[in-house]
Amino acid sequence: MSYLHEISEPVVEVQDLNMYYGAFKALDSVGMKIAKNRITALIGPSGCGKSTFIRGLNRMHETVPGARIEGKVLLDGEDVYAENVDPVRVRRKVGMVFQKPNPFPTMSIYDNVIAGIKLGRRHKKSELDEIVERTLNQAALWGEVKNKLKDSGMSLSGGQQQRLCIARTLAVEPEVILMDEPASALDPISTQKIEDAIQDLKKSYTVVIVTHNMQQASRVSDYTGFFFIEEMGAPGQLWEFGETERIFSNPKRKETEDYVTGRFG
Amino acid sequence: MGEAAWPSLPDCFFIRRGVILNLFKRLRRGNLGDNIFGFVVLLFGVSILVIMAGIVFQLWLQSAPSREKFGWSFLWSTAYDVQRQNYGAGVFIYGTLVTAFIALILAAPVGVGIAAYLVEIAPRRLNRVVGSMVELLAAVPSIVYGLWGFYALNPFLRDYIAPPLQAVLGWLPPFSGEFVGTSVFTASVVLAIMILPTVAAVSRDVLRAVPDAQREAMLALGATRWEMFSRAVLPYAKSGVLGAAILGLGRAAGETMAVTFIIGNNPQIFKSLFGQGATIASEIAAKWQEASGLTLPVLMELGLVLFAITIIINISARLLVMLLVRGPRGGLRA
Ligand SMILES: Nc1ncnc2c1ncn2[C@@H]1O[C@H](COP(=O)(O)OP(=O)(O)OP(=O)(O)O)[C@@H](O)[C@H]1O
Ligand SMILES: [Mg+2]
Repeated sequence: MSYLHEISEPVVEVQDLNMYYGAFKALDSVGMKIAKNRITALIGPSGCGKSTFIRGLNRMHETVPGARIEGKVLLDGEDVYAENVDPVRVRRKVGMVFQKPNPFPTMSIYDNVIAGIKLGRRHKKSELDEIVERTLNQAALWGEVKNKLKDSGMSLSGGQQQRLCIARTLAVEPEVILMDEPASALDPISTQKIEDAIQDLKKSYTVVIVTHNMQQASRVSDYTGFFFIEEMGAPGQLWEFGETERIFSNPKRKETEDYVTGRFG
Repeated sequence: MGEAAWPSLPDCFFIRRGVILNLFKRLRRGNLGDNIFGFVVLLFGVSILVIMAGIVFQLWLQSAPSREKFGWSFLWSTAYDVQRQNYGAGVFIYGTLVTAFIALILAAPVGVGIAAYLVEIAPRRLNRVVGSMVELLAAVPSIVYGLWGFYALNPFLRDYIAPPLQAVLGWLPPFSGEFVGTSVFTASVVLAIMILPTVAAVSRDVLRAVPDAQREAMLALGATRWEMFSRAVLPYAKSGVLGAAILGLGRAAGETMAVTFIIGNNPQIFKSLFGQGATIASEIAAKWQEASGLTLPVLMELGLVLFAITIIINISARLLVMLLVRGPRGGLRA
């Protein structure tokens, strides 16, 4: 089912997206619009293709051997899967934070943050310092690490590492930030800090966040997409999409209602 | 050469203290089957130590006349005077280290390159083909490398590689002088090819051990594949790659037959790589049959020195790997 009508000015517009792992079809004709400077939450039972879907947005899907994709993903109106588009450029515009924190272990905290921007043009030291402070602040980590920027990124706790990864993604200044269950491995306090950080991000970024946590989805997001598989082995579908408030208070489909009220999933 | 040709990572250079500790724990817990098993394993472990000690002891015993005559200065003396019966290991240690290092310098980039290609780029089917080709390289007997190096590689290097090298770098001592029939240069190149499988195989295992999360992290930041490899994969794996390289160095230092064929066995401190030289192993292989009087103990002491060098190289490889692994990165990595 497609919910293209709900948002008038999308940054990303997904049209009729089918995604495959080899012969296995993981997603079936997904259509979605992602609103600018809003937070879109993706929910749904395990294995219904949420991770697969967001990896289709920044062309990470194609790094999996045998993976294939059909359909269109328009980023600012331009199809990221068009013939002449370089995936590297897409990924600079659409950043990603993974489920498990994955800082670069051989780099310091400082170097971790600038790892992405060092791929591009040269920056002055003062410029870098400024970026590091700003993004660590945005990720709500600055206060905890400002006195040990030269320490290894691995010296941080899991929650801090995840915020470091968020800062690292922000430093590249993408338009859209994809987050795949960024807080699933973390304690409630770290989760709270990450949610706060995400709320702030909305001012300048568009965020898509996958979560299994209904409270989290309803707290932080403006729009919610519910993914669902009808039966084992069938491809996942975007079952329902809309404003978060409506999805949680007045879902149109029974499965959505069952899921958001915790009756299954 | 065949036996340790395609070593798997854990056997190669991770010291497994845990295994022995566990054995002792098991022994104390007292399950009969485990006890017997533990005892047998312990026996095998100890027997290796006993054999090693036996070898060292024999070499030590038989080299007595040489040790008494030359003392410690044997290690650095570069004397080689048959008339006066005056010998030193210096020339041979020099030859061994120089050839091994050049071999490593040549083999390391190629080996790591092959490993990177196999792990990062090659499609699965090609992976197997290239993989088994490298394995095949390791299965070629040493003597065949010697023959090939002498009859095929040497003329090739002399006619096609040495002249341009000399044209550009001829003003440097290592590249000056005439390319004689057999040379240090040819020996080093053959050594490089011989240690390539080791370097490639261990590097491949090391690179494969780098978590995909590291690759994805770099790619998602907008890195090209090359940037992903050079900035995320290689730094993560650098200690292991270093270990692979030093393992190669150890093998090059101990290699015998091929070098004996090619290097010329001319005991001298060569200045030019195009000249002749000798390594410890090649000297022993070339001279032991006609050894008499003092030369046999000298060869025995040379054997002792070679033993020490390879052990020092291997231990320093392990130490380096351990230091680097523990280094700046703290807990989360195993
Ligand atoms: N690399 C892969 N190769 C083959 N199949 C895959 C791969 N990754 C995911 N799949 C399959 O695709 C389907 C969707 O997986 P996906 O990871 O997108 O689900 P998800 O909604 O993110 O689940 P979860 O909530 O557990 O993270 C599943 O059936 C899964 O088995
Ligand atoms: Mg997932």
